Amino acid sequence: MPQEFKRQYREILEQYTQRQTEHNLYEGQNFSRQLIQKNISPEEVISIHKASLEELMPELPNNVWHSFDLLIEVMIRYGLALKEHQTLIKKQENFRMEMELASNVQQTLLKTKVPEMNSLDIGMISVPAKEMNGDYTHFLNDDTTVGIAVADVIGKGIPAALCMSMIKYGMDSLNGAETEPIVVLDVINRIVEKSVSDSMFISMFYGTYDTSTSVFTYASAGHEPPLFYCAKSNSFSELQAKGLLLGVIPNVKYEQHSISLGKDDFVVMMTDGVTECRSKEGFIDQKTVMDIIESVRDQSAQDMVEYVFHKLEELQEFEQRDDFTLVIFKKK
Amino acid sequence: MNLRSSVDIITEWDIVAARQLGRNEAKDVGFGTVDQARITTAISELARNIYLYAGKGKIEIRQITDGNLKGLLVIASDKGPGIADVRKVMEDGYTTSGGLGAGLPGVKRLMDDFKIETVLGEGTTISASKLLR
Repeated sequence: MPQEFKRQYREILEQYTQRQTEHNLYEGQNFSRQLIQKNISPEEVISIHKASLEELMPELPNNVWHSFDLLIEVMIRYGLALKEHQTLIKKQENFRMEMELASNVQQTLLKTKVPEMNSLDIGMISVPAKEMNGDYTHFLNDDTTVGIAVADVIGKGIPAALCMSMIKYGMDSLNGAETEPIVVLDVINRIVEKSVSDSMFISMFYGTYDTSTSVFTYASAGHEPPLFYCAKSNSFSELQAKGLLLGVIPNVKYEQHSISLGKDDFVVMMTDGVTECRSKEGFIDQKTVMDIIESVRDQSAQDMVEYVFHKLEELQEFEQRDDFTLVIFKKK
Repeated sequence: MNLRSSVDIITEWDIVAARQLGRNEAKDVGFGTVDQARITTAISELARNIYLYAGKGKIEIRQITDGNLKGLLVIASDKGPGIADVRKVMEDGYTTSGGLGAGLPGVKRLMDDFKIETVLGEGTTISASKLLR
């Protein structure tokens, strides 16, 4: 037992038993800070108290001394619990650092470059709710065509992130931007069906835009339908395409549709982190989301997605519950 | 002086007898109140494990010397089912412990040295010692 602590404590105890001032108590509290820093356990503190008392008031009756032995016995487990708590905190810190590393690895792995196209303005934002992102966005392009994949693993965190890597390698195996959307979904579906447990569901949207014809062709595997904004009629419509979620069964017939984009028309692709935003009053409805998008329709696609994210973040009082991904294709 | 003694653990009351033996020996070696309480808590924990998981076994207490230091060695042995995953039971927060600081990690903390030998289907022997400094 550190003699120095014993000496200090005895002094504080002596002062306090004589005067009972707030100053003495304050010293006592400061003393406890030192004890904690030096890892002195509760049972040792009681033992220090007992030893100090023995010196200051040796005349106390025997049963008082015995009572301290009982108290020491009682405090042993507090001491153990405290030590366990300290190791668990250290462990947690290690986990946190590992997560941060993993998240960096993921970001590098899933990095996708937003292509620059002559007649198409592209904006993209993807913000994870936790360290790891369960949303996936990937661009494929050549001189005239740009392909866009948006996928969402049902669930968040590490399991979702691991799944995403698989989609990435599936996408890498494709032959460039011109691959038809239904072919893309078919390939990815087979990969996912083979490799993922039944409890994991992934929705995915794939679209290609041909700058030479201004036609957007798309297919969906149970994904949130994109919104199409028509500048001429100043109205939104949903781009519906039937198709089962990825990985449920090996042979799925996906529907493929096309739409022609006029000047200033745009397509908004998203994950359910956008449509399932919740404010205090309940879900934020699609109309609200449309109004927010429409209010910034004259800005660049990148400014638009960033504005929508911040606006929805604000409506949710900055509490993001799900991974959030938004992509806009806007014809210049 | 009795340098080697043991208590058979069959009923819950034997845990108290093992504690008593441990405390007497610890006092005899010259351990202070806090260390006495630590040693008996470790014995409690080991005896309780025998009682709960092996049914019966034995706690042996030996006075030891290491150089010119005196100390106490506690050996808990049983012919119970053995421990399948030692690493897991030595992990903080596993099963019974759960933030209460007990279990085998607790015993390891209370003592200076801790060894565990276990064979599935044959039993477990845990030795834990503490030196008087």
